[in-house]
Amino acid sequence: MISIHTPLTLEKVKSLHTGDQIKLSGTIYTARDAAHKRIIEMLDNGEELPFDMRDAIIYFAGPAPATDDEVIGPCGPTTSYRMDAYSPRLLKEGLRGMIGKGKRSQDVIDTMKETHALYFGAIGGAGAIMADCITSCEVIAFEDLGPEAIRRLEVKDMPLTVVIDDEGHDLYEIGKLKYTEGRYAKINK
Amino acid sequence: MRVIEASLISEKVKEMCIEANYALPKDIYALLKKGISQEEMPLSKGTLEVIKRNADIAKSKKRPICQDTGMACIFIELGQDVHIEGNLTDAINEGVRQGYVEGYLRKSVVADPLFERKNTNDNTPALIHYEIVPGDKLKIIVAPKGFGSENMCQLKMLKPSDGVEGVKQFVLDTVEQAGPNPCPPIVIGVGIGGNFENVALLSKKAMLKDANEHHEDPRYSALEKELLESINALGIGPAGYGGATTALSLHIETLPTHIAGLPCAVSICCHVARHKEMVL
Repeated sequence: MISIHTPLTLEKVKSLHTGDQIKLSGTIYTARDAAHKRIIEMLDNGEELPFDMRDAIIYFAGPAPATDDEVIGPCGPTTSYRMDAYSPRLLKEGLRGMIGKGKRSQDVIDTMKETHALYFGAIGGAGAIMADCITSCEVIAFEDLGPEAIRRLEVKDMPLTVVIDDEGHDLYEIGKLKYTEGRYAKINK
Repeated sequence: MRVIEASLISEKVKEMCIEANYALPKDIYALLKKGISQEEMPLSKGTLEVIKRNADIAKSKKRPICQDTGMACIFIELGQDVHIEGNLTDAINEGVRQGYVEGYLRKSVVADPLFERKNTNDNTPALIHYEIVPGDKLKIIVAPKGFGSENMCQLKMLKPSDGVEGVKQFVLDTVEQAGPNPCPPIVIGVGIGGNFENVALLSKKAMLKDANEHHEDPRYSALEKELLESINALGIGPAGYGGATTALSLHIETLPTHIAGLPCAVSICCHVARHKEMVL
């Protein structure tokens, strides 16, 4: 496990590779479908964004409500491909990392290579464990969107895996191949 | 004629929404443990261990396993000799409303699907399927379903000539295309027969069957086994990071169909296969 602290600078991006398991600490921002749509509209209108995109990390997530003694409710990743239409634009604004689950489009991967960004996988369905890594949570924009509002999170040792690095290596392809090749070798032994 | 108070139904639906979101069904939990013992690749084994630990934490803290606490999908089997005192649909929605608010579950429903997409803020309306059956009992199944996996379900109107091979290919293609998106390991339901609107519901019913149950027709139970093996040979693995555990279980349900058709639907659910049932 490699410990990484935000901001996610170019230097840190270059030190990480597909398949690396990391523990992330620092500040990240939640945004999912509706928030992405609004951020793009703000960019189109030349408005100031709710947070500085440079070297930032977006977590594709919408938490469940917190009880009185919780910082945040369960908060696992949502499926990333729904943000594929928006991510390239944000990467060009300086976004350095995305946390989610599931495949990304070729357009997103190509832009990540161009701008040197990383795509991290969080384990889908592990919402309670992810919430335990979040030490503070504040809604900073689009409160009317409820679970889809943008939240600034402070996280400590959030367990993540580098799924796509800035050279475009994709763990979803590599992992599958590793398994099927290993299985093939076993059958033919 | 047996009388059941609508308010009792609200109370039960509320409890079931909460319980379904806090604890994994026993059969799925057992399959997760089996997956851990079988998985050889370290990252994949580790992923399954995290999923199991997460389920343990959720159960002991009484909190949702996953933040996507789903749309409340409700199956009602109403005995024809039962009279409901009050409005049944309203009572179910009231139960969902109370469950999602009091259980601190996420409200994930928007009223208009295309234009405003404004959150209803209480997770209603529920999706309710009614069936009239003989007898004087009322069976309620509450199956909240997240949309990460719902978005990966598919339906195809196959031709009779596509046959068994066509069904196999469609199921495998659906799972392969879904890849890491529906949070594998997944639970699969395959519906075969009926018509367009029926086969989707059929696949969902298949998905809700107990993992230890198999189709009573040996030809279909053999097909269930074969499909599960073929799917797990794809190597998608836990979280899509590669490995042996892509699917935990697969069930088939069938219906008579038209001479011209072979409808087939594949319902996919993540490992959080929430499901509660009770009989009143």
